[in-house]
Amino acid sequence: MSVIRSHIMVCCGTGCTSSESPKIAAAFEEQLAAAGLSEEIKLVRTGCFGLCAAGPIVMVFPDGTCYSRVTPADVTDIVQEHLIKGRVVERLLHMEGDGGDTVTSLSETQFYKHQTRIALRNCGVIDPESIDEYIGSDGYMALGNILENKVDPQEVIDAIKNSGLRGRGGAGFSTGLKWQFTRDAVSPDGIKYVACNADEGDPGAFMDRSVLEGDPFSVLEAMTIAAYAVGGTQGYIYVRAEYPIAINRLEIAIKQAREYGLLGKNILGTDFSFDIELRLGAGAFVCGEETALMTSIEGHRGEPRPRPPFPASKGLWQRPTLLNNVETYANITWILNNGWEKFAAIGTEKSKGTKVFALGGKITNTGLVEIPMGTTLRTVVEDIGGGVPGGKKFKAAQTGGPSGGCIPAELIDTPIDYESLTAIGSMMGSGGLIVMDEDNCMVDIAKFFLEFCVDESCGKCAPCRIGTKRLYDLLCKITDGNGTLEDIDTIEELCYHLKESALCALGQSAPNPVLSTLKYFRDEYIAHVVDKRCPAGVCKNLVSFHIDPDKCKGCTLCAKNCPANAITGAIRAPHTIDTSKCIKCGVCMSNCHFDAISKG
Amino acid sequence: MKSLEELKAIREQMKKQMDVRDQSDSNIRVAVGMATCGIAAGAKPVLAAFLDEIQKRDLHGVTVTQTGCIGVCRLEPVVEVFAPGEEKVTYVKVNPEMVPTIVEQHLMKHQVVTGFTIGAAE
Repeated sequence: MSVIRSHIMVCCGTGCTSSESPKIAAAFEEQLAAAGLSEEIKLVRTGCFGLCAAGPIVMVFPDGTCYSRVTPADVTDIVQEHLIKGRVVERLLHMEGDGGDTVTSLSETQFYKHQTRIALRNCGVIDPESIDEYIGSDGYMALGNILENKVDPQEVIDAIKNSGLRGRGGAGFSTGLKWQFTRDAVSPDGIKYVACNADEGDPGAFMDRSVLEGDPFSVLEAMTIAAYAVGGTQGYIYVRAEYPIAINRLEIAIKQAREYGLLGKNILGTDFSFDIELRLGAGAFVCGEETALMTSIEGHRGEPRPRPPFPASKGLWQRPTLLNNVETYANITWILNNGWEKFAAIGTEKSKGTKVFALGGKITNTGLVEIPMGTTLRTVVEDIGGGVPGGKKFKAAQTGGPSGGCIPAELIDTPIDYESLTAIGSMMGSGGLIVMDEDNCMVDIAKFFLEFCVDESCGKCAPCRIGTKRLYDLLCKITDGNGTLEDIDTIEELCYHLKESALCALGQSAPNPVLSTLKYFRDEYIAHVVDKRCPAGVCKNLVSFHIDPDKCKGCTLCAKNCPANAITGAIRAPHTIDTSKCIKCGVCMSNCHFDAISKG
Repeated sequence: MKSLEELKAIREQMKKQMDVRDQSDSNIRVAVGMATCGIAAGAKPVLAAFLDEIQKRDLHGVTVTQTGCIGVCRLEPVVEVFAPGEEKVTYVKVNPEMVPTIVEQHLMKHQVVTGFTIGAAE
């Protein structure tokens, strides 16, 4: 048979890879060959589908069947039943929610229904290691049209300006204006650079990684178009070394683009030349800050410098440099292919288009989602995310990572766009969205993000180096149960000093998680300080475990499992906990069958 | 690669290959019974013939899938055609020689090949 009748798409993004998807793909190859089906069924290793919580994901076309939580052992059933006999393997079908209906059409699920996929349009849809498949999905048409028709660079910039696209790295500056500034800037020797910030560092964020893993060519094409528009001659992608799959796919993509004459000298036979190189970051959070990133590309220690001058006038090696984030670039060709009007029609008045979020924390559908700007947090958490698991109550969502803030439950109807989030003391950020439930202590959350900033502060400026550390010490004092009300005032004061005096965005935004939790969850701080109590039962020094003698059956399970031997009692008689020995690990509580142990 | 034309040629060629992944509701769906009974009666060459014929005629918007046993094993190979807005048509005892007729009459011109259907066989 000469025609491929079926495509099997196996997600080989980082999430599914960590649950053995490469083994699944290899098993398919082996068993398809054994069944003599290699000629008629094609195996495609794709990027992320977004349903990371249900991974590994396997899609079978033309049926559009979605299998989730597939293991290498399940491959035999899929090949023997589905591929040979046309019978869907019911037990592996993806289900919406816990024990929900099996899903026959992915686009109809609550998870996908509310999404609009622009930046992620090719993720999970094409083979990211094949430039042909990218071209088959209208890839390189935008660049081809521009070069073939010798479109005026200013026209390209105007389209981006009109689309209303703003930087997706978090700051939200107009992308078109940035391109304009770089185009207008004069370089002493004519050299201008086009760079891509792929140094995604927020804890729990994986939007850029997923784009690079699922659709690397879209970033390469957009950078090439940007170079044409601003007069760039050389490109750099600064990507974290901790993203091995993304790096591998980028390297393959760059090689294929060069072979096709879509990168390098005389692109598409014109006199326009542009090439891209990778620069691997060692994982310093501060290198996601644009001036530190450029310093690092130049080969120096990754430290920020004051702005202005902005990169558009003096960037890499003092030359004008255009620096955009991965997701920003991923929108470019869609805008040029579909028209800026169509892009500007999506979203709110000042925030156009869509935004990708990495959903994490206490949420059923952990994964990657792309929503139109202006979608409410409620839709994201309850409909797309499937709500908080285990019947727990939604308490807050954290956006913007260590630079962002918390959105409390009472503001769940806030539309997600740049202005609305800033107005309530959070920020869009690069797209990490961490959901918290009643078991999360907000003081502890603030401490977590601050500890991250203490570790990641580069140390160049004193406010950040010393200020974050002092803030962290004060928060520790509170969670240890030694805090005073004056400490809370000192924390607030220190936060404002830090915001105003730090050199770069890392230090300026480090107090945000503290300030926003103080704003919305001040009562929790007070409880820690005045009542010496942690309402969520997280802060160990403020928690003690008790056994209810009426409920305890004396089964001894808690005593047997206690690592500190802090529980004593006779068989079939109520047990007691020696609080001086207790290390507050909670093992007793999770082992008790009678709900007799409480903490507080 | 020297021109937009070359790019477009690759795009058209790839689009045909990637058509398999098209999930549009307007697609005509051809389901070939491929349970043990169907395979034994020769469903595999029929499936191949459909794919070949559709490619040869450069048809788009047609999805060829397999399905299990529908219960009339004595009439296998069974092929069912689902066109949006039209009633399901079941062809029975299909062999590869019948396929070009079904493709031309039914898939392209929306005319049911009555002589091949289950109604005619019964």
